[in-house]
Amino acid sequence: MKQTIIPLGPYHPLLEEPEHFKLYVEGERVVDLDVEIGYNHRGIEKLSEGKTWDQVPYLVERICGICSTSHPMAYCLAVEDLVGCEIPRRAQLLRVVVCELERIHSHLLWVGLAGHFIGYNTVWMWAWKYRETILEICEKLTGNRNHYAMFKPGGVRRDFNKEQIDYALEHIVDVEKPTRMLTDAILDDPVIHKRLKGIGVLTEKDAILYSALGPTSRGSNVPWDARNDEPLDGFKDLKWKVIVQKDGDVFSKGVVRLLECFESVSLIKQALIGLPEGGAIDADIKEIPAGEGCGRYEAPRGEVFHYVRSDGSNMPYRHKVRAPTFNNLPTFKASCKGETIADVALITASIDPCYCCTERVAVVDKNNNEKILREKDLLKLSVDKTMSIMKKLGKTPPLYNMEI
Amino acid sequence: MSKEIIKDLKKKLKGKIIDMAEVRDNRIYVRIDPKNILAVIEYLFFKYKCKFCTASGMEMREGIEIIYHLAREDKKTLINVKTLIPFPNLEIDSVGKKIPAFRWIEREINEMLGVTFVGHPDMRRLILADSFPKGKYPLRKNFKHSDVTDEDYDYERSGL
Repeated sequence: MKQTIIPLGPYHPLLEEPEHFKLYVEGERVVDLDVEIGYNHRGIEKLSEGKTWDQVPYLVERICGICSTSHPMAYCLAVEDLVGCEIPRRAQLLRVVVCELERIHSHLLWVGLAGHFIGYNTVWMWAWKYRETILEICEKLTGNRNHYAMFKPGGVRRDFNKEQIDYALEHIVDVEKPTRMLTDAILDDPVIHKRLKGIGVLTEKDAILYSALGPTSRGSNVPWDARNDEPLDGFKDLKWKVIVQKDGDVFSKGVVRLLECFESVSLIKQALIGLPEGGAIDADIKEIPAGEGCGRYEAPRGEVFHYVRSDGSNMPYRHKVRAPTFNNLPTFKASCKGETIADVALITASIDPCYCCTERVAVVDKNNNEKILREKDLLKLSVDKTMSIMKKLGKTPPLYNMEI
Repeated sequence: MSKEIIKDLKKKLKGKIIDMAEVRDNRIYVRIDPKNILAVIEYLFFKYKCKFCTASGMEMREGIEIIYHLAREDKKTLINVKTLIPFPNLEIDSVGKKIPAFRWIEREINEMLGVTFVGHPDMRRLILADSFPKGKYPLRKNFKHSDVTDEDYDYERSGL
């Protein structure tokens, strides 16, 4: 059959950031694909060589708006590995709280976008609505919805007071309940099953061969999680588990992300409750000796890797940054082959793109300003629809938790 | 844990290792000759079941040093394989021809530091524009932003 090349990008409605995919297709089927990146190259590694050790966290925070704590975290771990200092327990737990809050908001963002991409805008609006609560907790705790500037080599910059901790503990429950409802709804929805199951399968062998990271590898039965694999002190006494799914398709990657949200909620609760009274939040590093260090931390999208080399001066001699997408993008060569063009756009989204804004919906009666469709009504409408589809397919509809 | 790995590697990679040290708990640094790179990495990746994290290249006084970071996840240990490619002949065997995970980072090191990876299946530029002047390497220590002016760009090559 004649082979045709179809360009996807660099600017395309489905890609929030410029990347160029060249799809080699025969009829509807994609036989090969080529990824071109570099449209967003900002020279961060070179810039970092001209900044002092304390200025670099602010720079690496701006690598990605969504992973804005994972990069500074990995950088701080690298510097601490180089210096070899002990971090106070309180600082470790504060780090866990901020990092896990970021994980929930990033995963919910992805779930929303995935829903949007498959034309299921209900999922999109729900997920982003619940994400808003997380962002409010972030603002209360750190002073900002994104770009928290919390980390410094040796500890954290700000402490939480009692009022902030109480606020977070009280409102984290507001996220857990509706997210549970959303997760149940997505896991049972026959429409989503039909659309996402068996699409873009990345086999376990390929995931290892491409060294895929994060939910991309964990969706393919490879249990790599830097929080577990790297002996991070902060997670030592906390109870949580690594979520792994077996199938490697888009659905599995989604399930990993959704279930990880609950692990994160549990980690945040444990960290906030177990926070030791008072004490230092900073190891107070005075001098950075010559040497080298590696920092690995699990960002929402996968492991972030930072390597720093010092020659004893006040700036890094070399600072290497590897974001998870760098390893995950080449996996498309394995997962997109044989798929249709319509599915490729979804598979490319399945490793998690970046986007930042929020949406809400309310139908209001113009005459008396009264809300006609409340959240409960909308929820009921969508549950009714799912049930009717399931009945048509001859399946028994499950009981939904209607509590939000 | 790392002591065990050091003992293991010393036995299995006999004659290929110049020097090996456990700098910190769970961080092992191995120095090897560039000509042994393929054999060592293949052993670590396929037989020793390591995950490839990334490779960092940097300019030193004597040449370009490349560090391949591999992680043995079940033993919670990071193995850093260091190799120094001396000036002026910057060539090393490509690992990407055997393991796809190494392809992109080798392309990046090639355009940023000017190392040739022999046998790489696809040595196009990854991050820099196609029109960026040949023979200029941004991550070299003597590279300055002012080194590349607008006239240096070869727009014909990029097809613009």
